[in-house]
Amino acid sequence: MHEIIRQQRRDLTLVGPISDMAFDQLIAAGTVAKVIAAWVGNVAGGSGYGFRRAYEQGQPRRIVMEDHSNFTVGLALKAAAMGLPYLPTFTGIGGDIIRGHPRIRPVEDPFGGPDLLAVGALKPDVAIIHVQRADAFGNAHLWGNLGLTVEAAYAAPRTIVVCEEIVPDEMIRSDPNRTMIPGFLVTAVVEEPGGALPSSVQGYWRRDFETFLSYHRLSRTVEGFQSWLREWVLDLPDRPAYLRHMGGAVLERLHVTERRLAATANFAP
Amino acid sequence: MIATYTRKELMVVAAAREIHDGEVVFVGMRLPLLGFGLAKATHAPTAVGLFENGVIRDRPAEAFIYTMGDPPNIAGAVACLGLNDVMSLLQQGRVDVGFIGGAEIDPLGNLNTTRTSSSGTLVRLPGSGGGGDIASLAGRTVLIMEHEPRRFRERVDYITSPGHFPGRRRGGPATLITTLGVFDLSRGEVRAVSLHPGVTADDVRNATGFPIAVADSLPATAPPSADELAYIRRADPDGFWTGDSMKPR
Repeated sequence: MHEIIRQQRRDLTLVGPISDMAFDQLIAAGTVAKVIAAWVGNVAGGSGYGFRRAYEQGQPRRIVMEDHSNFTVGLALKAAAMGLPYLPTFTGIGGDIIRGHPRIRPVEDPFGGPDLLAVGALKPDVAIIHVQRADAFGNAHLWGNLGLTVEAAYAAPRTIVVCEEIVPDEMIRSDPNRTMIPGFLVTAVVEEPGGALPSSVQGYWRRDFETFLSYHRLSRTVEGFQSWLREWVLDLPDRPAYLRHMGGAVLERLHVTERRLAATANFAP
Repeated sequence: MIATYTRKELMVVAAAREIHDGEVVFVGMRLPLLGFGLAKATHAPTAVGLFENGVIRDRPAEAFIYTMGDPPNIAGAVACLGLNDVMSLLQQGRVDVGFIGGAEIDPLGNLNTTRTSSSGTLVRLPGSGGGGDIASLAGRTVLIMEHEPRRFRERVDYITSPGHFPGRRRGGPATLITTLGVFDLSRGEVRAVSLHPGVTADDVRNATGFPIAVADSLPATAPPSADELAYIRRADPDGFWTGDSMKPR
């Protein structure tokens, strides 16, 4: 994510249901032209100040917002994942999100039931997802907090899997129900331990709450954001350098070393 | 001796009382999260909680959590599905009660969490999240608000989470819990049910930007019991959600 900023990518469209500070950073760094989301901010802190500056003042650039609820983002990605032009729903009726919405239109139930809303398919160019483990072919095991990860991987023609560890394919095959994304959908697999920090990864990393709060405080002003950006993105070459900059003590606190293993499942034929 | 407690702790207790035993609850973060845990620990032991990220729990998280995706909310869950799965259950009508917060509310229980110009300049708020879905699809909703005149408006600038409207298929706002009291919304108007200890009818009228039904003699919201307070302080040991300040540390 920070590499997108370092490479000075521009005019991106971000898609997600609830974004935490990752969206805020990409927006404040000027990489974003449009956001398709249900919630943009800092989950524990509230406002995303970078998002607000862009939306309210056009700083550092104006962004277009396509507002959704969580379910309509989910249905838009699911429709694309299913190869459909739209999926119908009852959510949102009576509210303003659906008014004049470019991707949500009224639709008649062909079976004579009450009118519905059609949520148009949303096909991102690229999905970037973080998983616990994958094999070298991109077959990916993930567990815990799924959200819309699987829909995104199915919907996008190109999916990049970032994993905590690359494991032998026999390990993936030992538990095929945990393979949420089959490798033939995956364009690239990247082994990047700690690549999701400061967010949590079940069984690998705890959430680094202090970082979310300190970013929230710093990003209140443009100057504060710029100093954060220099320290944590522009002056660092890559993710391993980011982890070194966090420091050993912090990493040790966040790293999950306890084991609470799931029961095994017998797949014997 | 009367135990001292914060308004937020009282609101958690009021939220817990809105959950009946055996119900399926769409749990939000912050106060409703604690309210769900408290209800489970007291009068609603068989309630089941759905989280919009796909997590289903029938017991509270084992440690304090800041977000529903935090590892203690995953460990010990009964299921970790996807967002569309739990939203589908909501749409199907399987959820009895959902909790939603808002930045602004109007007399019909419409909530705005998207954008407002009430202060004279445009302020962008984070957006719906799952709020609009819960408002549309839950069997009933409980709204949680800070009670301030600028938030209680005759008309909200933007309806993120629809309240009562003609032709509604299901549900709608049932109860509003604020920093001043508990209100009934089930009849399409805001009617005070109880005021928090020390709050007067005039306090409520002055803090509400539209005419509001407040009888002059209303019961006080029942304060938290010692057991309820003990639960809340175990679940939120630093008072992150329930301390005196609305803002995080």
